[in-house]
Amino acid sequence: MRVSLFITCYNDALFPQTGKAVVNVLERLGHEIEFRPEQTCCGQMHWNTGYLREAVPIIRHFVKVYQDAETVVIPSSSCVSMMRDHYVKAAEMDGDAKLVADVEALLPRVYEFSEFLVRKLGVEDVGATYPHKVTYHASCHSMRSLHLGDIPIRLLKQVRGLDLQPVQNAQECCGFGGTFSIKNADVSSAMLADKVRMVLNTGAEVCTAVDNSCLMHLYGSLHRQRTFVRTAHIAEILAATAEGAEA
Amino acid sequence: MTATETHASQWHTRDFPEAARDLLQDSQTRKNVQHATNVIQGKRNKVVAELPDWEELRESGAQVKAHVLRHLDHYLTQFEENCTRAGGHVHWAADAAEANRIILGLVQQHEAKEVIKIKTMTSEEIGLNRELEAHGIRPIETDLAELIIQMGKDRPSHFVAPALHVNRAQVRAMFQREMHLPELGEEPEDLATAARIYLREKYLRIKVAISGGNFLIADTGGLCIVESEGNGRMCLTLPDVLISLVGIEKVIPSFEDLEIFLQTLPRSATGERMNPYNSTWCGVHPGDGPKEFHVVLLDNGRSPILADREARQTLQCIRCAACLNACPVYHQTGGHAYESVYAGPIGAILTPQLHSMEEGRSLPYASSLCGACYQVCPVKINIPEVLIHLRGKVVQEDQATLMGKFSLWNIGMQAAAFLFKDASRLAMAERIGRVGQKALVSKNGFIEWMPLMLSGWTQTRDLKAMPEQSFRDWWAKEKAPGAKPADRSDHA
Repeated sequence: MRVSLFITCYNDALFPQTGKAVVNVLERLGHEIEFRPEQTCCGQMHWNTGYLREAVPIIRHFVKVYQDAETVVIPSSSCVSMMRDHYVKAAEMDGDAKLVADVEALLPRVYEFSEFLVRKLGVEDVGATYPHKVTYHASCHSMRSLHLGDIPIRLLKQVRGLDLQPVQNAQECCGFGGTFSIKNADVSSAMLADKVRMVLNTGAEVCTAVDNSCLMHLYGSLHRQRTFVRTAHIAEILAATAEGAEA
Repeated sequence: MTATETHASQWHTRDFPEAARDLLQDSQTRKNVQHATNVIQGKRNKVVAELPDWEELRESGAQVKAHVLRHLDHYLTQFEENCTRAGGHVHWAADAAEANRIILGLVQQHEAKEVIKIKTMTSEEIGLNRELEAHGIRPIETDLAELIIQMGKDRPSHFVAPALHVNRAQVRAMFQREMHLPELGEEPEDLATAARIYLREKYLRIKVAISGGNFLIADTGGLCIVESEGNGRMCLTLPDVLISLVGIEKVIPSFEDLEIFLQTLPRSATGERMNPYNSTWCGVHPGDGPKEFHVVLLDNGRSPILADREARQTLQCIRCAACLNACPVYHQTGGHAYESVYAGPIGAILTPQLHSMEEGRSLPYASSLCGACYQVCPVKINIPEVLIHLRGKVVQEDQATLMGKFSLWNIGMQAAAFLFKDASRLAMAERIGRVGQKALVSKNGFIEWMPLMLSGWTQTRDLKAMPEQSFRDWWAKEKAPGAKPADRSDHA
């Protein structure tokens, strides 16, 4: 299958290793990956902060870039949920019937990375080896918008050597929420403190998720507290092989 | 009259982040809130899981409410007709001042110096107690939690369990002091007995009662109130005069619709399969219950919400407070941080709308948009969606002012929007960012301090610096057609 990778703005700038890992896993599974350099952002930051009109051109740009793509894969559940939950509404708000139609035509071909592996490709074992104690943070959008359920867990369970540790209060938000963590930094910090305590209680070396945004937030505190717990996007774990190449 | 003047409850004085900062220091309150919400949430999850048709019940509840909101005029006049026919008196109050005037007039007409009250957040919304007190009338709260709030000169922090932020030891100390019971024990039974003795005499003596209402039933003209303590039943049956203050959005088409809500409301609100007391009544009946019955239908900022297609669903709320119990923000701060009668996620959308977006403007931002509220809502109010819609209103209104236009937020967002329209601009910005960040990056490769509005982030969190190569640069160098990969070792 020809897969078009939407890396997302923050993964592009801050977490390029995640994109490389996605390429690695999908190529290993025999798919052809393309990267369209015209891509920018999904518009979530603007939309969720209330800059609704400003988000529309960003959305229009995304649709224009990917309109003819066979399949779009995105290593970020929150960006996918932005598209599924808000794109049609944004296009309607703009009164652009063509954009509404284009969005509706494109969205069924857009997948979050782990969802693509399990729901579209029907693959759970991607041949990864990762001999570490890992805990999985279920991001809010992955649970409550994309309804990924145990998809990421199923993928992790197939990874050789991986010791998966469940985290308590898994359903509770880490407190990131995009600009929420800036506008309400104190409350966000309090939520983060609770979440980090739960992660540390698992005794895991690595905390993973399908969103680098939550992981950036979690690692911000894990690093500030000088813990030895690392964070890694699920794609990076799935890309790791016995030959020791952790992408 | 402006919206601000009509709301005499003097709640909104500080923005959410500021009020929350204070509450986060109050570890006792936070502990009380976290304990209480965990207990209720646990009970709620258990009894909801028992119902195989829970999702269908949510959907039915949502549809009934949405239908009512589209035909509110019809159902309200139908209610008025049927209620009047049954011997009730229906009053229409456009705002808080009018509702207060009507209720005060009725109380004064019966020369009552005291009134007993069932928990009603709507009366809190209009500041009724202060209005009565200003005219020499003593309102006595009979709901245990409301009694605790009233005695402690406190404010409710949760509209189902108003004293959720107070623990048992604190209640005991207050009762010992206020009821002159130095020997009072600390078991729940001791506290309940003290309250019961204190209140019972009042039920028997006081002739006027004031209530809210969970449901106005259009096809019978009746009302329904659910409660747990039995104080409501006393207030609804013993006094000569009953005055019920109810928001206009509380009407449902028919008695049969209770079939849905009497399943979803108690399970969502208190984690009970059924409320211990479910009172429904209709007008007056000689020799049985109050001799005189009044309903005050309150608008107070509700009808403008109806006109907003995106936000109208706010009025579907049946005040179960499940969204408060599920909200990770509420867990941290408790209800007082919202500085509103209606706290939590629903408060964050209801409060600013009731005030025509003139108050509570920081509330739509008091959410990480995690969606836990929507997931538990028994009438499927998509609270995150409405929060974003209201954020949009706040931004648009701010942008219309000079200060808003030149605020750092607006400038930053406009700049980002400019970059996101064109990948070459974005790539350039990333290159500039990699150089520019050097001023902030510590020796360990992390950003540990950021200026201005970003400073809150680095109070508790480090930020990994941008790596030298973006993904797009890597792709162009290694993978793009015509690229000459120098080193494939990073891509096994």
